[in-house]
Amino acid sequence: MRTLDAVITDSPVFEGLTQEQLELIGGCASNVGFEAGERLFREGDRADAFFLVRHGLVSLEAYVPNRGPITVETIGPGEIVGWSWLVPPYMWHFTGRAVDDVRAVQFDGACLRRKCDDDPVLGYELLTRFALVLVDRLQATRLQLMDVYGDNVG
Amino acid sequence: MAPLPYVVARKRRETRDVWTLELEPVDEAIEQIRPGQFTMLYRFGVGEAPISSSGDPELGFRLVHTMREAGQVTRGLCAAKPGDLVGVRGPFGNAWPVDTARGKDVVFVAGGIGLPPLRGAVYDVLAHRNGFGRVVLLYGGRSPGELVFRSDVERWRSRLDVDVEVTVDTAGHDWRGNVGVVTKLIPRAPFDPANAVAFVVGPEIMMRFAAAALIERGLPQESLWISMERTMRCGVGLCGHCQLGPTLICRDGPVYRWDEMRPWLEVAAL
Amino acid sequence: MAEVLAAADLGVLLGALRARGYRVVGPRVAAGVIQYAELDDAGDLPHGWTDEQAPGRYRLARRDDDAYFGYAVGPHSWKRELLPPRVRLWQASRDGLAVEEEETDYQPTAFVGVRPCELAAIAIQDRVFLDGRFADRDYAARRADVFLVAVECGSPSSLCFCSSLGTGPGATDGFDLALTELHAGEHRFLVRSGSSAGNAVLADLPTRPAARADLETAEQVVEAAARAQAGRFAAEDVHDLLLRNLESPHWDAVAERCLSCGNCTLVCPTCFCTHVEDTSSLDGETAARDRVWDTCFSLRYAEMHGGNTRPTTRARYRQWLTHKLATWEDQFGTSGCVGCGRCIAWCPAAIDIRAEVAAIRQEDAHAHA
Repeated sequence: MRTLDAVITDSPVFEGLTQEQLELIGGCASNVGFEAGERLFREGDRADAFFLVRHGLVSLEAYVPNRGPITVETIGPGEIVGWSWLVPPYMWHFTGRAVDDVRAVQFDGACLRRKCDDDPVLGYELLTRFALVLVDRLQATRLQLMDVYGDNVG
Repeated sequence: MAPLPYVVARKRRETRDVWTLELEPVDEAIEQIRPGQFTMLYRFGVGEAPISSSGDPELGFRLVHTMREAGQVTRGLCAAKPGDLVGVRGPFGNAWPVDTARGKDVVFVAGGIGLPPLRGAVYDVLAHRNGFGRVVLLYGGRSPGELVFRSDVERWRSRLDVDVEVTVDTAGHDWRGNVGVVTKLIPRAPFDPANAVAFVVGPEIMMRFAAAALIERGLPQESLWISMERTMRCGVGLCGHCQLGPTLICRDGPVYRWDEMRPWLEVAAL
Repeated sequence: MAEVLAAADLGVLLGALRARGYRVVGPRVAAGVIQYAELDDAGDLPHGWTDEQAPGRYRLARRDDDAYFGYAVGPHSWKRELLPPRVRLWQASRDGLAVEEEETDYQPTAFVGVRPCELAAIAIQDRVFLDGRFADRDYAARRADVFLVAVECGSPSSLCFCSSLGTGPGATDGFDLALTELHAGEHRFLVRSGSSAGNAVLADLPTRPAARADLETAEQVVEAAARAQAGRFAAEDVHDLLLRNLESPHWDAVAERCLSCGNCTLVCPTCFCTHVEDTSSLDGETAARDRVWDTCFSLRYAEMHGGNTRPTTRARYRQWLTHKLATWEDQFGTSGCVGCGRCIAWCPAAIDIRAEVAAIRQEDAHAHA
């Protein structure tokens, strides 16, 4: 099994950061595992973390009255789960659940926020990278919203 | 060209409003259809619709067509029962250039009812599996209940030499697969973009996003093929309806190399 | 070799054609226009008539001579004969889905009075319907036994621009016989043959060999017709010009005037788009398919399940104009326009294809200056 540092270094999200910056980030990280069905976090709870998925699939779900939990998105290996730790009120908007057994790196949001406050260069780097994650997520959501399969016939 | 009578040999419900018909010639058969090509299917007294072949090319004279109940004609065709007759003209259009992928990785990207036009090409590649590198199928649907050819997809997924990822736009708790648009599967799909060929079918907007993601991944535009759709009346390039800029889709397509079609897709309402 | 036929003997030509089994169709005055219809004799021809044309305007007028072909072109074109507005393709019975194609043993037909621009239009439709991978069965049958009597153009209308496109006003090939109507001196026709069928008919006519003066007069007629329309349309680079201006604001300007009526496509001698109509008998035992003219201006033309790919007049006009003058070339290796001016005369909004292209050209020059 690879070390935590290696996982962080190899992640495309953190690509290009200096060794020093990676170490700062690594200081806020820990390895975590979730069994299939287990919750990573719950809608409405305080968001003090984000996850880099290493194995398995994490679903973001919302509970819809009459329909039960609806999965709005799944996030797989190499992808980031969670950006609510970045912006007030630091609250999860969806529930995160392990679809199958999940291994991930968990980052302590409060710890990272403190380091970003102390080191604005690191803060800028991280914010830029999360902006990319958000843009990708937004584009995908827009396409999803178009409900493009509704009228297509082959 | 007049339709030839075919009999509905088998009929399978794929989803709530999508059906697969297997057709056998009553007497005379059309030429052997190739994956990517289409026929004009005629429902007696109602009319004709262009429908892609979704059959395994090894099936010979048996035609397989999958369609959604969308208009009068397709509703009529989907209502046909085994033993009923339908008319067939074709085969029309061009085929997937599967041979250009020989020795390379093959990436199939299907959105919604875009899987049927690719199914024959998947069969073709798997029938000559050793001739290709990695084989990847990325399939996106609206919801789990609207996925077609589930048994095929499950069989391909269980093979060790095919990478299959399925995703849906929305799902309930019982769905244990991916949720999200199919383009999201492209960045982490296991293929070498420098040495791969991609075949993409789905709604035009989905093909545009998929093409962008594949090119971003490093796939050359010349290695990317899509299948186009427009209104068709004749199937043979004579009625004018399916033209899009410099091309008649029934005659020059429906399969196009991405860089040839892209400029015309960028002009709204062309 | 050119021959000369006296105008008084024009009926002999029509008779010779009929004697060879041809149904003879040509221009005659009806409903206030010069139409193409069956001719019984030369008296049916519109002699002494001309047409005055302007954008959105077509009027018959008397000439001060007895010319038989002293007009430009009317709303009809020969596509009515070769691609009739409605054709039954086949009928089928429910029992066994037995499809029976319509008989296509059409009577050979002689087209009399085919303008050079119309020869070009027929050649264009030949490319569409005969030269591709799939030839059209009905068109091929109708086209097979057509005898073409061209008449060089001596009376272009104010809308004609064939000389800018190289489709007229002289006839160089593609005909069986080509006539040039000559007035100076004796009223007569210079007759040239362009085929062995033409040679055979020509041999039946009471002609005399053409003298140098006849040939020179004929040349002058054609030259004058070309001169009259000089500079009316700049065709250079029109393919690329239009395709690099697909988002031009000028399309919006045209769309404000265009009624999306489709008249231009109906009168156009090359427009070939068709729709099919499937019908069944009341008892449901038999069904039929008809092919009918369609127009890219109709709402349903580009309708797909779930929407219309050209939902606006802007999109439809752009499709028509760019197809005609640009993408036709990509699709069929020839322009789709012959410069006959019909789309201008018969547009109820007086939209002028030449002016629209000129406006885009000007705007383009401005943008790239």
